[in-house]
Amino acid sequence: MEVFLVSLLNGLVYGMLLFMLASGLTLILSMMGVLNFAHASAYMLGAYFAFTISQYIGFWPALVLAPLLCGAIGAAIEMYGLRRVHRNGHIAELLFTFGLALIIEKVVQMTWGLIPVPYRIPAGLDFPLFTVYGTQFPAYRAFMLLISALMFGAIWLGLTRTRIGLVIQAALHHPEMVGALGHNVPRVFTTVFAAGTALAGLAGVIGGNYHVTEPAMAFTMGPIVFVVVVFGGLGSLTGCFIASLLMGLIQTFAVVLDYSVADLLKWFGLTVTSATPFHEVLTVPLPRIGALLPYVLLVLILVFKPRGLMGTRDT
Amino acid sequence: MAMRILARAAGVALLACVALAGPATAQGTIKIAYTDPLSGPFAQVGDANLKQMQYILDYINSKGGALGKKFELVPFDNKSQPSDALIALKSATDQNMPFIMQCSGSNIAAALIEAVDKHNSRNPESRIIYVNCGAVATELTNEKCSFWHFRFDAHVAMKAEVMARALPKEVTKVYLLNQDYLFGQSVQRDVKTFLAKLRPDVQVVGDELIPLGKIKDFAPYITKIKASGAQVLITGNWGPDMNLLIKAGIDSGIDLRYYTLYAHIAGGAVAIGPGGDGKVRSVMSFNENVAPEIGNKEAEEWTKAFRDKYPFDFYAAGFRTIFEYLQEATNKAGAVDPLKIALALEGLKHKDFLGYETVMRKDDHQLISEYFVGTFKKGVKYDSEKTGLGWATEATILAKDLEQPTSCKMTRPAK
Repeated sequence: MEVFLVSLLNGLVYGMLLFMLASGLTLILSMMGVLNFAHASAYMLGAYFAFTISQYIGFWPALVLAPLLCGAIGAAIEMYGLRRVHRNGHIAELLFTFGLALIIEKVVQMTWGLIPVPYRIPAGLDFPLFTVYGTQFPAYRAFMLLISALMFGAIWLGLTRTRIGLVIQAALHHPEMVGALGHNVPRVFTTVFAAGTALAGLAGVIGGNYHVTEPAMAFTMGPIVFVVVVFGGLGSLTGCFIASLLMGLIQTFAVVLDYSVADLLKWFGLTVTSATPFHEVLTVPLPRIGALLPYVLLVLILVFKPRGLMGTRDT
Repeated sequence: MAMRILARAAGVALLACVALAGPATAQGTIKIAYTDPLSGPFAQVGDANLKQMQYILDYINSKGGALGKKFELVPFDNKSQPSDALIALKSATDQNMPFIMQCSGSNIAAALIEAVDKHNSRNPESRIIYVNCGAVATELTNEKCSFWHFRFDAHVAMKAEVMARALPKEVTKVYLLNQDYLFGQSVQRDVKTFLAKLRPDVQVVGDELIPLGKIKDFAPYITKIKASGAQVLITGNWGPDMNLLIKAGIDSGIDLRYYTLYAHIAGGAVAIGPGGDGKVRSVMSFNENVAPEIGNKEAEEWTKAFRDKYPFDFYAAGFRTIFEYLQEATNKAGAVDPLKIALALEGLKHKDFLGYETVMRKDDHQLISEYFVGTFKKGVKYDSEKTGLGWATEATILAKDLEQPTSCKMTRPAK
């Protein structure tokens, strides 16, 4: 019970962090058809900006300024880079963002160095909020949950209750039609791209000091975010939300469940010994392959439900 | 996956550039190829090694190098991939370099040992010595030992023995967590062996292998460790796997002590932070407070000069021992001939810069040197990575107490 509760909380925190990253990416991918490889780089930039800003004027201003800065960079990338590359098709866009990701990583390495920077949780939030069976639940994790929940609420309201939200939603499904109706689709694209990068930046601000802020953080976070987006389905924020929480919980619970296929077979009266064929594979405990599970799910969903969990259209 | 392939392609292109630039460098230097991850998740480790090596080599060269020639370090990025390390080896032998050096990754080391062996038997005119500066799986100087491979860091079994001896009397429950590859499995096995031998009262309550460099959130593992009732976590993790693990543990506030092999290298101190005061120990070849503790002014000044120049700590005193060995052996051999140098290295004795006796054992080419156990705490002379806390030496184990038997049976080339 104790392990279950703590793991549930940990899974939620990780899942919500994933969602902050993935929500921006899913909006960009559904709307513009661009698989933005540089998305996780915005996450990294957010963390580094927040670290630098918080050294001068503190964490709270950084919480606002760093995402705005990321958003501005995102807008610039869209207006002066992607828009030109767009004419040459999706492959060109893909390669463009991939190149950007590498460049950003190198720039970060050159600016802030290869070793992690001491980006710390603000003193005001550095206390245990409550204790679950003897394990402290840091206030900062509750704060992360709060921020991501607020963000989910804000996006949802923004998309369903505002005019620009309605246009974006329409553009998600029928971009050509929206353009034909006279809306400035390129400007909507820029807005979405900027907002998406700002969200990734925000995830970086609160994720950077929860994990460690270092130049490899984009590279380690990137693949799992793609899994979330594809699994959740194109054009669906709800799908993305469910997929994020699912991945967070799966990875967390995989660690604490010490079972293998052999244990499962025991239920059916089959005992695996060292003489059984494939016994090496059958006795691998779940925690050892936990990090692999999201990718297994990715493959499965692409085979059986190519549109993703709640996807409304094909890529 | 496209990312991976593209990254590879970019890497090959980069290597090609390095290879082309190689022959243009000054003639008459003794070249040492150095291959380690200089990009990707483990880049910080390779980069910190490179800077420290460069600093040491500048010093060695200022002391005359060897045979009137200067040593020159030629870095090759291997992105933690054995295949890329083999490309580096190929470039090194093509340019007739006498040494190849590699520190990170025992799986890479195993591949290099095999490739160097093959190369040297097929191409006696361009032989190369493999200088192992930190790949420490026990096998490499036992079952997998080779005449051309010289290891300058204590292997896992030696470190495991140091760790088992350093474990306080009141500890009875330990948890093992290691990376799932040759090195991590070596730590897992050897720590258990020495615990059974030296501390039969200690119970291993958890034993876990994690995928190398894949975990982003270690909080679930901490939950599991807590549930197991362990007092001490023993881990051989390095790089982000070490930093994230300790950070998650310290943040959760659980009452746990950490016995590590690599908490003292690049990034460790920042990840532990002030919350880890007195909780983390590391088995190490050196820390900056050793010199003032033993009152060696000269060594203290020399390490301080590095500190003034770079924004991170100097932890690689072992590298100075390596280059001093290469210098001495090359001078003794009288020519830059890998076979002669290798023979000169065998059984070579050397007093390291701290003043301790070391020896390159002839039987298995394993360096036997002193080792330290450090505690990360407040109130030390030199702090780590500007955290205000630093490593204080808790125990010093002399070379003679660290000698373990070897099962190595190497074939020596005809002289």
